[in-house]
Amino acid sequence: MTPLLTVEGLTMRFGGIAALERVGFTVSAGSITALIGPNGAGKTTVFNCLTGFYQATAGAITLQGPTGSLDLVAILGQPLRGSDFLDPVTLARRLFYKMFGGSHRVTRAGVARTFQNVRLFKEMTVMENLLVAQHLRVERNLLAGLLGTPGYRRAEQAAVARGLDWLQILGLRDAANRLAGELPYGDQRRLEIARALCTGPRLLCLDEPAAGLNPRETEALSDLILRLRTQHGLTILLIEHDMSLVMRVSDHVVVLDHGEVIARGTPQAVRQDPRVLTAYLGMEEEGGP
Amino acid sequence: MDLHIIGQQAVNGLILGSIYGLIAVGYTMVYGIIGMINFAHGEIYMVSAYLTAIFLALLTAFGLQSLPVVLFLTLLLTMAFTALYGWTVERLAYRPLRGSTRLAPWISAIGISLVLQNYVRISQGARNQGIPVLLEGKFRLQAAAGTVQITHVQVVIVLVALASMAVLTWIMHHTSLGRCCRATQQDRRMAELLGVDSGRIIATVFALGAAMAGVAGVLVTLNYGSFDFYIGFVTGIKAFTAAVLGGIGSLPGAMLGGVVLGLAESLFSGFVNTDYKDVFAFAILVLVLIWRPSGLLGRPEVEKV
Amino acid sequence: MTGRDGFLDAARWGLLALLVFGPITGLVLDGYQVVVHWQQPVWLAALVFGGRLLLNGLLATGPGQRLARRLARGRAGGSVLVVAGGRGHGRIWILILLALLSLALPFALSKYWINVATLALIYVLLGLGLNIVVGLAGLLDLGFVAFYAVGAYGYALGHQYLDLGFWQAIPFCAFLAACFGAVLGFPVLRMHGDYLAIVTLGFGEIIRLILNNWVEFTGGPNGVRVPHPSLFGLDFARRAKEGGATFHGYFDLPYSADHRVIFIYLVLLLMVMAMVHVVVRLRRMPIGRAWEALREDEIACRSLGINHVGIKLSAFAMGATVGGVGGVFFAASQGFVSPASFTFFESALILAVVVLGGLGSTVGVIIAALVLTILPEVLREFADYRILVFGLAMVLMMVWRPRGLLGLRRQAYGVDP
Ligand SMILES: Nc1ncnc2c1ncn2[C@@H]1O[C@H](COP(=O)(O)OP(=O)(O)OP(=O)(O)O)[C@@H](O)[C@H]1O
Ligand SMILES: [Mg+2]
Repeated sequence: MTPLLTVEGLTMRFGGIAALERVGFTVSAGSITALIGPNGAGKTTVFNCLTGFYQATAGAITLQGPTGSLDLVAILGQPLRGSDFLDPVTLARRLFYKMFGGSHRVTRAGVARTFQNVRLFKEMTVMENLLVAQHLRVERNLLAGLLGTPGYRRAEQAAVARGLDWLQILGLRDAANRLAGELPYGDQRRLEIARALCTGPRLLCLDEPAAGLNPRETEALSDLILRLRTQHGLTILLIEHDMSLVMRVSDHVVVLDHGEVIARGTPQAVRQDPRVLTAYLGMEEEGGP
Repeated sequence: MDLHIIGQQAVNGLILGSIYGLIAVGYTMVYGIIGMINFAHGEIYMVSAYLTAIFLALLTAFGLQSLPVVLFLTLLLTMAFTALYGWTVERLAYRPLRGSTRLAPWISAIGISLVLQNYVRISQGARNQGIPVLLEGKFRLQAAAGTVQITHVQVVIVLVALASMAVLTWIMHHTSLGRCCRATQQDRRMAELLGVDSGRIIATVFALGAAMAGVAGVLVTLNYGSFDFYIGFVTGIKAFTAAVLGGIGSLPGAMLGGVVLGLAESLFSGFVNTDYKDVFAFAILVLVLIWRPSGLLGRPEVEKV
Repeated sequence: MTGRDGFLDAARWGLLALLVFGPITGLVLDGYQVVVHWQQPVWLAALVFGGRLLLNGLLATGPGQRLARRLARGRAGGSVLVVAGGRGHGRIWILILLALLSLALPFALSKYWINVATLALIYVLLGLGLNIVVGLAGLLDLGFVAFYAVGAYGYALGHQYLDLGFWQAIPFCAFLAACFGAVLGFPVLRMHGDYLAIVTLGFGEIIRLILNNWVEFTGGPNGVRVPHPSLFGLDFARRAKEGGATFHGYFDLPYSADHRVIFIYLVLLLMVMAMVHVVVRLRRMPIGRAWEALREDEIACRSLGINHVGIKLSAFAMGATVGGVGGVFFAASQGFVSPASFTFFESALILAVVVLGGLGSTVGVIIAALVLTILPEVLREFADYRILVFGLAMVLMMVWRPRGLLGLRRQAYGVDP
């Protein structure tokens, strides 16, 4: 299978603390990959580097696009280096990304994410949340909007329809006109997924989607994740603590501990891996059973 | 360029800087503990200038003769009453807003500064007020081509500013109150779990910051002799600039930022242009915030996602 | 709370009030002496004591507790209401009636009151502009007056140096203010929200100080005279300039200074109506949604592919444009501009309009602007207390109803397939 996302040598330091140390893994197109590890292992930090919220200290993140590969670190805007001044093309690119780059470009490249602590636009309605997510797909021309041209109205209707489609899939259709902040917690989590989907991603990154859900909701969530892959052709990268969910949906598991990858492979293989057991159960490596 | 003029401007700048530093402490402590810019702090300083004049007049009217005693009592009374103002403002206008939107404390603070300004204007009248000259005399230092004058008041200002900063630093590092402050600053929830009454600590920080502004008020009044109900605004922003320049949240930073700003401003007005000295100070503020928001001694913030 | 506790609590507050009010209100400086006015602090303390006692008493009763709970709910921000789309016919008629009434208004008022109404409309315009920045996009702009000043001086100096007329000045100043907004905004909008407030404040002061000190260009503290506007080349003067015509001459009316005032009022009114329409539409357009989303959660916005700096910049520039246009009207109606009109207090006042209207609410802003400008005119005796009361209102509003007096409404979307 072709890799959609390649992470190589990803290192992230906060002051003296190394949250990530040369992390590397790939996500194949059309797969469901789980990123697991104990609390504080650096999973969310991987997401933040991936989606451009943190500027990685070192390493490369490459996304295969329809038109070739894209360097997700460069588009955040990097500091200029001395060597850039010898190469006008690199210099121009760097200057451009320094001024206009940022995490929003990562989403435009086709990566969408959810957050560990739900981040909704609480005082806006569910539908408005989804419309904001489609910002790049609607008619943004100011004049067209002010005059209400047919093109503008068509684009708005299409956006509402697309939002409704996703709400239907996530079972939130009846809540379309409620305030996002008023929804029950489980619905908020699903709304956040729907919102990420509305950006039209190729890679969907979910940060602990099952946290705080009851077993029945978790069950429904795993069905949903599987359906997103089979019916909507999405590639999914998932952080999760709930092992039954991970075992059920994922094709590939990457285990992080203290900022380092300690194992990767199929769920079965990883489950047997002694280092993983040690990391999770906190046993001495030699003294383990 | 004459050396003695530079020297004279440096002395003036140092004095100005100590004042800014004393006020900046209030901004920095409050920001450190609840992450809020206490916009009304400049007005507290303005109130303290009035209190200074009032207590001086009152003590003199009681027939106290010894100048050091009068000044010392004025300082204590002004600090106490300014602290009371700081405490009250926190209690009435900021505490109920905890957990509200980010804009709410700002707007409340702007409201409070309008209230304080006009409260003083209505009670005390809009005209300039002042105190008589109490300390005369100056030291003269020979510099290359002229003399640099340092008045006795200026010496008093530097000494008092240093002493009060020292006391404050001691409080923050060696008393249980200071420990609680620092703990609350690091992690309020955790401190509360350990039994720290964070509400009381925050109120105390406001009171301490206000008391330092009170010191500044006394010193400024001694130095310049006159004030009006409007002095809090510009001085407040400049003191805030000093706090940012030094790295907001850091006590030594506030003092350092004050001195740097005071020197810069006074050298600018001495050698470039007096009319634009405020523009210069505000420009420093804008540039520092754009290029080095963490200031000279502060640590850069990483936003948590 | 038992009766005794309530009483002790009130007594504590009364004592605190006595201490706080004591020195400033009770000891009034007169030269180097103080005059004792002991009644004032005592009255104030008694007021605080009585008020607190009453409050404690009220809270002990059933209805009082219910009221307190309602206030607490308002504070939590539970006052957003989603309403179904499609406005009723009733509302359209009310709007038309209001529009006609306000168009007819100047013909029934004296010149003084038309001027007051004009000023009120200017504040409506400024409030709507600042509301985009603060209410919708959630960016605290404490230097809004800078754009207002750019508009006013753009017209005054544009006339002096470039011979701009009123009608050319409107687009020119709108553009100029937008440029100022963009130039200021670009480096600043990446910053942490609190710093943004301070930087805008500093910027506002810088503009005012430059206007004040650059005497050769701006006339300094003495200000600049501004010409009266004209209508299709017709002057509102008593006598025409050479080769020109006057309004009263052309329409064969007796000359009256009111014509000019009414004219400015009407043009401004149309401008405000257009602005209201634009703001109402903007809120439902992608850009308006993005502004509000940005206010709610900037990080989530970025994760959705929205360029937060660009969106903030657009809000900032849009607000600045409106401020600039407001400035042109201010200059035209006053006939004179000076830096004294553009102090921080002016920014605070416009902010008060937005806040008291309930951040984000268009109707609220309009009402607040009208009330805040017209009420002081009606209550002239209390002019001294005007600003004090504004300040208190801002604090009370934040404590009790941070989301505004009216509560916000959001439009629902049609869900049926
Ligand atoms: N902005 C930051 N500044 C400083 N340290 C950080 C920052 N973000 C993360 N860290 C540190 O990096 C480490 C990894 O954190 P991360 O949030 O990635 O863990 P995680 O694997 O997602 O844990 P959990 O399962 O609890 O969500 C932690 O020690 C954390 O304190
Ligand atoms: Mg995490």
